[in-house]
Amino acid sequence: MTDHDNDDVVHEELGHAGGLEPEPEDVELGLETTEKAHREAEEDRWFQSETSEGAQELLPRGTTTAGELRQEVGAVLRLPEGGYVDAGDIDIERRDDQTMIINMGPQHPSTHGVLRLMLELDGETVLRTKPIIGYLHTGMEKTGEELTYVTGATNTTRMDYLSPIANELVFCMATEALLGVELPPRAIWIRMLMAELNRMSSHLIWMATNGMDLGSTSMMIYGFREREMILAFFEKTTGQRMNHNFIRPGGVAADLPDGWQDDIEIICETILARTYEYDELLTGQPIFRDRTEAVGNISAEEALALGVTGPILRSTGVPWDLRRTMPYLAYDKLDFDVIVGSYGDNFDRYSVRLNEIRESIRMVGQIAEMMPPGDYRVQDRKVTPPPRARIDESMEALIHHFKIFTEGFRVPEGEVYVAIESPRGELGCYLVSDGTSKPYRLHIRAPSFVNLQALPLLLRGGLMADAVAVISSVDPIMGEVDR
Amino acid sequence: MTETASTAPAAAPTGVLPDVPRLPDRLVDQLAFPARDTYHRMVAAFRDSGFELCADLCAVDYLTHPGRTLPDGVEAERFEVVVNLLSLSVRQRVRIRVQVPEGAPEVDSITDLYPGADAMEREAYDLLGILFTGHPDMTRILMPEDWEGHPLRKDYGVGRVPVQFKEAPGPR
Repeated sequence: MTDHDNDDVVHEELGHAGGLEPEPEDVELGLETTEKAHREAEEDRWFQSETSEGAQELLPRGTTTAGELRQEVGAVLRLPEGGYVDAGDIDIERRDDQTMIINMGPQHPSTHGVLRLMLELDGETVLRTKPIIGYLHTGMEKTGEELTYVTGATNTTRMDYLSPIANELVFCMATEALLGVELPPRAIWIRMLMAELNRMSSHLIWMATNGMDLGSTSMMIYGFREREMILAFFEKTTGQRMNHNFIRPGGVAADLPDGWQDDIEIICETILARTYEYDELLTGQPIFRDRTEAVGNISAEEALALGVTGPILRSTGVPWDLRRTMPYLAYDKLDFDVIVGSYGDNFDRYSVRLNEIRESIRMVGQIAEMMPPGDYRVQDRKVTPPPRARIDESMEALIHHFKIFTEGFRVPEGEVYVAIESPRGELGCYLVSDGTSKPYRLHIRAPSFVNLQALPLLLRGGLMADAVAVISSVDPIMGEVDR
Repeated sequence: MTETASTAPAAAPTGVLPDVPRLPDRLVDQLAFPARDTYHRMVAAFRDSGFELCADLCAVDYLTHPGRTLPDGVEAERFEVVVNLLSLSVRQRVRIRVQVPEGAPEVDSITDLYPGADAMEREAYDLLGILFTGHPDMTRILMPEDWEGHPLRKDYGVGRVPVQFKEAPGPR
């Protein structure tokens, strides 16, 4: 009986498959040839034939010329003045059989995403490094050209997924600069509050992952625990834990929830107390200090030459923080310190970030005190949709609402570059408008993308075992690197 | 904004290359439009006068938006390479826009002046097909090595690769 049953089933399945197969094949054969010819003709029109492609990978020493090797400190750094590079430092006589090129990533758990590194090793010492990126490239700049200015923030917020508020903020500030809209003060202060909370959560997760990379699993748990408090507040305010789309051109999406001062107070008190716990756990701990001090050094000149910004630049002693040096929003009304290091090593980068959390707590406290009353978005009909209640009453309001969310608003022709201090460095947005409701070109200057160029320099001459800690100290977010 | 606008241009090295056409920018930054052959010299002059950081470099394809505002004497071309320099000492930005023709999309590389422009120039090459002469490693950076075309160009075929979302055949 059972055999018979089984036979039936098999037969049925075969029949099913057999019945389906010939049909599409017959149709496709004819279609495919015409489609192919059509596509080839199209491709001729679309593509430039002469694109000089080359390998992105790190090439073996044997195929690299001596001059090139001498130029290279790491694979990317080419300093303009010969003074910085000690020519005798680079052993061009070394043969291929003395070194080994190994591949790390893109699936390596310690590369913070899909970063791939090719490391040239001599024993355990790293000689050259080449970061290979693009594994998370999703064409967000291209997508940005297809979205209106209203919906554009939903796209940019997904780039740097650990500091989405900063990404929304820079896009909206660029849009507003083109529009010439003046924000009401409360919108500005809500933005600052959210941006500083976001900086705290971003640095906390950095502390967590950096601790993890150095073997401190407690720090991993603690960092995520504290971040959860901030994310809970974000959820309460914006409706989402990540990718908020909270900051919109013309203000913010909603006012702060009732009782937000109490939440802020609890967050600030708890996290401030916990930062001193981290001090006990990590800062004074001899193993942690041994593994971070004098590892991955970078000088101020090198950092500037490579375009490195953010905590890495500040760790070298350059007091450059856009919140202070080129104030935006209302940062000039706040009292805070710019944290700088002195040696530019892993430990300095750690302490800069830890102290920036404390500074952000100070700022959040001041913002909560000085939060002005009033509107949380600009009352400009062109930019702001009517309030929900008005839509039920007024036909015009409904039409208006519909128009803003389907067509968007027109932005005057022009181009602008706006930069803010994201937790990772200078986050810039270059926006070109052709007078329609969609950006003509959206370019995001991602701090991680540029900072990643420092990696070959930071790793050079160090031990393979420290590589993981150094990668972590750069704090690359691959969503932002690849966009 | 008014405050920054009034303080910003004071220490600017405007006398660096006086023959370069400029536009008064309503949005704080200083703008300069060098020709292709003076571009490298101009960036070098800016760097020597205190612009330590190359903040950003990107390219724009103006294929479907040719009538943009440019100062007199600058002829609009299809591509534009946009460089944002930052001076930490005088706290100022300058934006340099170079016109790059469609027929020969080449400009000088500034990696010898700012090594940090390396990845950005590779990105501009990868996504818009601008060739930077003198760049040490002109390869794709975000797209795969064997990718054809430059996706951020305006005439790049969006949806060229058919994607079947529903009832797609399985991997076998």
